[in-house]
Amino acid sequence: MLHAIWLVPAIPLLGAVILIIGCGRLPSLLVSIIGVGSVALSAIIASFISIGFITTPPPGNAFTIILWHWMAIGSFSPAIGFYLDPLSLIMMLVVTIIGFFILLYSSEFMAGDEGYSRFFAYMNLFVAAMLVLVLARDLLFLYAGWEGVGLCSYLLIGFWYQDPANGLAARKAFIVTRIGDTGLMIGLFLLFTHLGTLEIQPLMLRATQSWPAGSTMPTLAAVLILIGAIGKSAQIPLQTWLPDAMAGPTPVSALIHAATMVTAGVYLIARTHMLFALAPAVQMAVAVIGAATLLVAAFAALNQHDIKRILAYSTISQIGYMFLALGVGAWSAAIFHFMVHAFFKALLFLAAGAITMRLHHEHDIFRMGGLARRLPVAFWSFFIGAASLAALPLITAGFYSKEMILSATWAEGGRIPVLWAAGVITAFLTSLYIFRAVFIVFFGDLKTPVSGHYGPRITLPLIALSLLALIGGFVETPEGLGGITLFSKFLASVFGEAPVVSGSAANLRLLAASLVSLAGAGLAYALYMRSSPRFTAWAATPAVLGWRRFLFTGWGFDRLYNALAVRPFLAIVRVNRNDAVDYVYQIIALTCRMAHQFLHQSQTGRIRWYAGWLAAGSLVTIAISVLQ
Amino acid sequence: MMLAWLMALPAIGGLLAWPAALWHRAAPRWISLAALTLDLLVLLHLWSGSSAPIDITGRGQWIAILQLPWIPQLGISFQLGLDGLSLLLVLLTLGLGIISVIISWTEITERTGFFHFNLLWTLSGTIGVFLALDLFLFFFTWEIMLVPMYFLIALWGHENRTYAAIKFFLFTQGSGLVMLLAILALAFVHQRETGTFTFSYFQLLGTKMQPATEMWIMLGFILAFVVKLPAVPFHTWLPDAHTQAPTAGSVILAGVLLKTGAYGLLRFVVPLFPLAASRFAPVAMLLGVIGIIYGALLAFGQNDIKRLVAYSSVSHLGFVLLGIFAWNTLALQGVVVQMLAHGISTGALFITAGALQERLHTRDMSRFGGLWANLPRLSAIGMFFAIASLGLPGLGNFIGEFLILLGTYQAHPAFAVAGTLGVITAAAYALIMVQKTFHGPPRAAAPAADLHAPHMAVMAVLIAAIIWLGLYPQPVFDVATSGLANLQAATPDGLLLADGRPP
Repeated sequence: MLHAIWLVPAIPLLGAVILIIGCGRLPSLLVSIIGVGSVALSAIIASFISIGFITTPPPGNAFTIILWHWMAIGSFSPAIGFYLDPLSLIMMLVVTIIGFFILLYSSEFMAGDEGYSRFFAYMNLFVAAMLVLVLARDLLFLYAGWEGVGLCSYLLIGFWYQDPANGLAARKAFIVTRIGDTGLMIGLFLLFTHLGTLEIQPLMLRATQSWPAGSTMPTLAAVLILIGAIGKSAQIPLQTWLPDAMAGPTPVSALIHAATMVTAGVYLIARTHMLFALAPAVQMAVAVIGAATLLVAAFAALNQHDIKRILAYSTISQIGYMFLALGVGAWSAAIFHFMVHAFFKALLFLAAGAITMRLHHEHDIFRMGGLARRLPVAFWSFFIGAASLAALPLITAGFYSKEMILSATWAEGGRIPVLWAAGVITAFLTSLYIFRAVFIVFFGDLKTPVSGHYGPRITLPLIALSLLALIGGFVETPEGLGGITLFSKFLASVFGEAPVVSGSAANLRLLAASLVSLAGAGLAYALYMRSSPRFTAWAATPAVLGWRRFLFTGWGFDRLYNALAVRPFLAIVRVNRNDAVDYVYQIIALTCRMAHQFLHQSQTGRIRWYAGWLAAGSLVTIAISVLQ
Repeated sequence: MMLAWLMALPAIGGLLAWPAALWHRAAPRWISLAALTLDLLVLLHLWSGSSAPIDITGRGQWIAILQLPWIPQLGISFQLGLDGLSLLLVLLTLGLGIISVIISWTEITERTGFFHFNLLWTLSGTIGVFLALDLFLFFFTWEIMLVPMYFLIALWGHENRTYAAIKFFLFTQGSGLVMLLAILALAFVHQRETGTFTFSYFQLLGTKMQPATEMWIMLGFILAFVVKLPAVPFHTWLPDAHTQAPTAGSVILAGVLLKTGAYGLLRFVVPLFPLAASRFAPVAMLLGVIGIIYGALLAFGQNDIKRLVAYSSVSHLGFVLLGIFAWNTLALQGVVVQMLAHGISTGALFITAGALQERLHTRDMSRFGGLWANLPRLSAIGMFFAIASLGLPGLGNFIGEFLILLGTYQAHPAFAVAGTLGVITAAAYALIMVQKTFHGPPRAAAPAADLHAPHMAVMAVLIAAIIWLGLYPQPVFDVATSGLANLQAATPDGLLLADGRPP
């Protein structure tokens, strides 16, 4: 059964190829059967493989299959091959199952769009590329998936290509993530040059054997991999592409934010965690970047009025939690939060899409309102997603994964728990910004007329994801709440045993964090449900307004990069559009021509004139020879 | 003797095609197609005939070698040799040659006879360059390649064709003359050393020279090759020539002719002058990196789609220059793949540009936009090759660039890191081309016909080739290995030590 692992990425890839060759001429029913069916089939195979893997684990708790050797030049022999272990298994399941729900939803959401088949071709390619990324045996093959994911995000963000703004957002996503990719690529050069292989498992082994912890080489390698991870996972300072990535259709955002793309960086660091363990300074940097990103993005989310942008900033912030977990060595906590985040973020995006499709694609939350009664399915799914994101205690999956990260951060925090504090503050802000959206969108007066209805292909994914967002967390609970450790036990063969945090202090922190998220929701209720005039007045004072604008633009990163990079680049291009080097040759050509003109004038055809010059020349020659 | 036919068949085809136009306008097309297909069969026969290259004592491994007396008084012989490297390049030449004939079918309607004569003679000259093992013969074929291309640009080119053709001619001819002087100098130095006056490659290998002499003679060779390649700052003929040439001319120029520069560096410069080459390597690698970045910046700024593709060639060939002077097996295999992949992807982009010009009568991208709606097939193919050219893994260009950079990293990490930045700029120019041409609001009013069957067939072949190169390049490595071993016999691995000094 495990040998069929190659089918998991191959089937969506085949689906994409068929749809591309079909060139938009297939009937839309067939398109949706191929598009959704291929990922469904892939999810089914992935599930069977997982059951097989868990019931009868392969030796070493990992399984490798090589399809063919990509290249073989001397000792450089990367393979097209897959590696299945508990980590890649979880990733594979999340990608295929969440991907399937999103595609099923899309088959209705995108109905009637001109590029229906193009859409499914790109989506299938996206899923295939992500599966290659998580299942690759070699870092080079992983890199192929990595770039493939980047390409598909470009294609899908710019899916509605007739609007140049979408094209700009798509190019921004591709180029900003590619800046990170070059870091990863150079990291690959370094790793191969010094360790002689790119196969991940032997590579990690050789790194631990030949590099002492904290030495230059692992530090450099980890930095380069981190640069790649930051780009794809939209962490500071390469986070700017993600909020603009909203330009694509909403299911695309769901796929990018939940199942694919942005979690690639988290996976990469987890996959190469042994290398990061050798570079404690870099690992600390991962934690700091995560902590900074989650705060920065949460503040930005608090000031958005486009429902998708709120969710986009919340993704950046939540990935910050995963980075924080990675940075403190809580590898399985990061993957746990990745999984739970995939549930509730897919749910939130699909619910947001379900709202906007009924409101003539209105995205502004201030032009929504009162939708709780009119759109109960969308309301309840969005509400459940929001509760899980806000980590409302006990009943939501988000609570358990966030708890796991916070307690691990405390344990690693040392004397001053700055990182932990950042996590807790953000938990409060998260609850505040997402319930702000809930209250503004679903309560109050109706502001935009509602039209249309939902079919089963929209409601079914919403219900399924709602369930997952609620109960998906019970596979791992804190010591004080049952102490279930199914998830971390399963990953133990990859990451080692996770330390158990217990004691009354831990329970107290648990309680504090629960209260914090409830407090956030409560404050949102107080501020946005019962709009207090004093708060409204305060929010409109010039100083506050200035800050809000600043936060609205995502802390002005775009302006900074425009000034530092984009505009200088464009200026250089503009100045040199005609190729300065060519002027050199033009001057040479011009000089020749002028010399020609000059000599041409001397050719007058008058004999007397020539004779005069002859005589003068002879005189000068004689004079020189005599005077010497 | 088969080797001589390899070179002669296109030439004979050209001689027949010229007068055939008097008989029927389409006759030259069929004759050219037949001549090139026959030539391809000869090549495949040569290839399959000797599964293992023959080991010729002191000369390395060759699939076939031919030596005929030519001008024995001056030590000149008609000496040809086919090894793995030249085989791949001749294959590329013939493949793109056949494609050029097909895509000119409807584009070229005037003086078809003379057009095909020039096309085939250029190809014949190029094949000669890839086969010649006598330096005089090499120079001779170098010139054969040049003159017909001049006519192709000057007679069938676009609005500014005379300027472009003369510029192309002067650059190539000027640098070619310097190479001739260098060839003569090498022959004289060799005569002074050994007493025999010869132009034979094998005999000139290993000629002992003063370091300064070696450097100067090598620079003479290098000048011709970097102009052809082209490397910054000798590249400015290229955007004009590529832009003004008819589509077939652009395809042959970019796909094949530029490779003769790389081939010259590989076959002659490093093996003949290993010491000078290792001293020169940092300079050459710097030029390579500058070319990568500079070409990409200029490509990004262009409005003329053919100029954009032309400057992207400068960037791609910068990788080739970088890889050649890294001179280890990884980088050299990368160079081979990069040459093939660039030939395919850039050729396809020029065909796309030509098809656009045929339909919209302009190359100005500010007048394109939104073509996806009207021309979905052409747009999808254009985007595919734009993506190939920005180096997406799974397609051939990635293999070339990755191996070159990996090999360069082992020779000189700093250059590899700088070269990797070209991956970002490549994304910038490739995607802006897609945006300006295929995406955006539809501008071109007239709905024109999409690609027709022959073009689609050509594109399908090119797409298959670039995917094959990207997913399973091993056969190319296997063929190239013997050729690279011939080159590396003179200088085994690396012109530089790991810290960037010449050994």
